[in-house]
Amino acid sequence: MSTVRALLVRDIKLAWREGGAVGVALGFYLIVVAITPLGLGPDLNLLARIAPGILWVGLLLAALLSAGRIFENDYEDGTLDVLATGPVPLPVVAGVKCLAHWLSTGIPLVVLAPVLGLLLNLPMGAFPSLVLAMLAGTPAVSFIAGIGASLTLGLRRSGLLLALLVIPLYVPILIFGVSAVTPYVSGPNSVWPPFLILCALSLASVVLAPIAAAAALRTALR
Amino acid sequence: MISLANPTRFLSLVDRVVPWLSAVVVILLGVGLYLSLFVAPPDYQQGETVKIMFVHVPAAWLSMLGYTLIAIAALGTLIWRHPLADVAAKTAAPIGATFAFIALVTGSLWGKPMWGTYWVWDARLTSMLILFLLYLGLIALWQAIDEPGRAGRAAAILGLVGAINIPIIKFSVDWWNTLHQPESVFRMGGPTIDPSLLTPLFVMAAAFTALFVLLHLIAMRAEILRRRVHALQQTQVEHAALAEA
Repeated sequence: MSTVRALLVRDIKLAWREGGAVGVALGFYLIVVAITPLGLGPDLNLLARIAPGILWVGLLLAALLSAGRIFENDYEDGTLDVLATGPVPLPVVAGVKCLAHWLSTGIPLVVLAPVLGLLLNLPMGAFPSLVLAMLAGTPAVSFIAGIGASLTLGLRRSGLLLALLVIPLYVPILIFGVSAVTPYVSGPNSVWPPFLILCALSLASVVLAPIAAAAALRTALR
Repeated sequence: MISLANPTRFLSLVDRVVPWLSAVVVILLGVGLYLSLFVAPPDYQQGETVKIMFVHVPAAWLSMLGYTLIAIAALGTLIWRHPLADVAAKTAAPIGATFAFIALVTGSLWGKPMWGTYWVWDARLTSMLILFLLYLGLIALWQAIDEPGRAGRAAAILGLVGAINIPIIKFSVDWWNTLHQPESVFRMGGPTIDPSLLTPLFVMAAAFTALFVLLHLIAMRAEILRRRVHALQQTQVEHAALAEA
């Protein structure tokens, strides 16, 4: 248990202290959201209507941008080989590293989202459901990104390939994430079903993704 | 399955099956096309455009069958290490992707007279587009990894992850679609199709399935031979290097 905690703390520290790893993701999120109104025009009603979609798409892209980092550094300097032969099972190692990505990158992105919502004229009533939906959905984002990161470990142009592999898998998170926010903006639908489905998606990926990621890591380490 | 683990035996089987299967494909396609183009009556609402269905629907079915095949082959690669499973999955991906592409193109051509636009974010079209993207991801992963062993296992893992996700994606897209478009302009339920259209549809489906199997067998044969040539070249290079040393 203490090994697991040490690994988690180490990964979070590395993410924060490594030159601008988290900062770049946050800056990327800001710029994606900032250029969208420039493309669509400054109509505040239109922006309010599409704000949940833009905030979610931006969050997914920003999380993906930093996902390659989950295993890359440890793979290059050989730490991953040590971890793979160590006492902690490899799926647990993979899960802890995905969890560290969620804590170090996912949560800051969720914290930034309401601020960006202000830029998009998102109605005030939608802010709590936006933050809750993102907190419920982002674990799935980090853990599924972990599968993609382990599959593309050490490949050329792995960033682009990672996006191509993982974005189709993000479709359910995006759809339910946006549905959990939209009712406040446009309709009387309940936010609970999509919110609960987001929780289910996250729980399922927390359990299943580390197994797939560990299997992919073994093929890369061989 | 076990006796087919020997690639040489598999190749000789393919050589025996391919001529017969080609004849079956030609006959079925000929009959199916004749039935769908000349015998099947035009729909009372859609007119002659309904005949696009005879290509569109079988192509969509086979693109799903292709992914199912990849998922089963992925189990074969990861659990039983069947030497042909990896070859089967790798060669099924481009064929399945092509059928998905055909389904998308014919769907959009069909949509122009029916919906008045080439693309509608209809639940089925959207799911098919995502399936096509999953295929592209698989093909890209195979091309990005040089070592065939690692490529096969990585693609098998991705194929299984995709197979688990496809029902969830399908469900979410249906949900999203009902949220945004309360009623679909155009729906094709099984029982609402007239039998005069159903017979050509099934013949075409059988023809496309036979075509899929034929193309897949030929592609697997080509892949096995490609790997042999590659292995031969490698040993030649090694021998040359030894001789120089």
